[in-house]
Amino acid sequence: MCGATAGGPALAANVDPGREAIIQGVVTKGGSPVAGAYVRLLDRSGEFTAEVPTSATGHFRFFAGPGEWTLRTLAPGTKADQAVTATIGSIAEVEVALPA
Amino acid sequence: MSRNDVLVDADWVEAHLDDPSVVLVEVDEDTTTYEKGHIRNAVRLDWKKDLQDAVRRDFVNSEQFAALLSARGIGNDHTVVLYGGNNNWFASYAYWYFKLYGHGDVKLLDGGRKKWELDSREQVTEVPTRAATAYVAKPQDRAIRAFRQDVLDALGRENLIDVRSPDEYAGRILAPAHLPQEQSQRAGHVPTAVNIPWSKAANDDGTFRSDAELTALYQGAGVDFGKETIAYCRIGERSAHTWFVLHELLDQPNVRNYDGSWTEYGALVGVPITLGDNPGGVEGGVA
Repeated sequence: MCGATAGGPALAANVDPGREAIIQGVVTKGGSPVAGAYVRLLDRSGEFTAEVPTSATGHFRFFAGPGEWTLRTLAPGTKADQAVTATIGSIAEVEVALPA
Repeated sequence: MSRNDVLVDADWVEAHLDDPSVVLVEVDEDTTTYEKGHIRNAVRLDWKKDLQDAVRRDFVNSEQFAALLSARGIGNDHTVVLYGGNNNWFASYAYWYFKLYGHGDVKLLDGGRKKWELDSREQVTEVPTRAATAYVAKPQDRAIRAFRQDVLDALGRENLIDVRSPDEYAGRILAPAHLPQEQSQRAGHVPTAVNIPWSKAANDDGTFRSDAELTALYQGAGVDFGKETIAYCRIGERSAHTWFVLHELLDQPNVRNYDGSWTEYGALVGVPITLGDNPGGVEGGVA
């Protein structure tokens, strides 16, 4: 993916992925990664749970709880919603493709 | 105080970038964000290194705060405009801090860094140089800061507002989902606290909702504006955002931020805790 490591930067050494329900991925537009987009994690009721800006390589990561979530991505002039399921001990990989 | 005294928009900031009476200050959770780009002439405050005592869990004292602002070239007469990422969480925290030490004129940039970026406004990497000042900080204003005993004393008497996400409030997760989950505290919330996530006070672009919407939000969730209020979250920064809404935008006189918040309360021995989606009674338990 444009030379970037799939899944983004390595997890910190003190994080045990076996105990986390990780949602991570990359935001793209026209196939290229988008840095500095804002990805927010909404819970089942649509309530905000967390938000991160994407990295220089377009990556983001959340430590969620198990269940159904929505990723809402904001970038200048555009917005996209995407559903995702998280499970303890696994990593949900998502590509958010913004309308070009 | 009213909205016009404490909040400025991005156009106002652009018009005052070179105003010598105004100091722009960026405060972020990720303190390296400033280095990647910031509003021209903005200085940086590091909420951990600059605002917290290096050894014990407390704030820098008024002498240390005065030395910090003096070194950054911020004077008592300056209009300080704070902004940052995370929808202004840490900028609100710094705002509350400036008020705690009695700064006269301090404001937030509505929408913070995110709105600025989504508007595609100019950012630079040059760090401004400012002449040092001789800042004088007042003693801490305890009227806006709550400690753990204040929270316990408030059970069943005052409004308690837990501004974390519903899953943190109910005890399903222990930290905001962009952080690894911690294991050192019990999960749940302070008994009787209502859950009004900070995010309900903001639009998607990080700007604050209107005064009418905000009043309806808190009153609709059961907050009695005739009583005193304590807001808390995990470490006191999201609740500083809610403190700003209640105390500064809505002009509620008796609102305190409990900066110990859940990382302290959830680690106390012998205090009541409520698990689940409802406030519950003063004894705690599953509600």
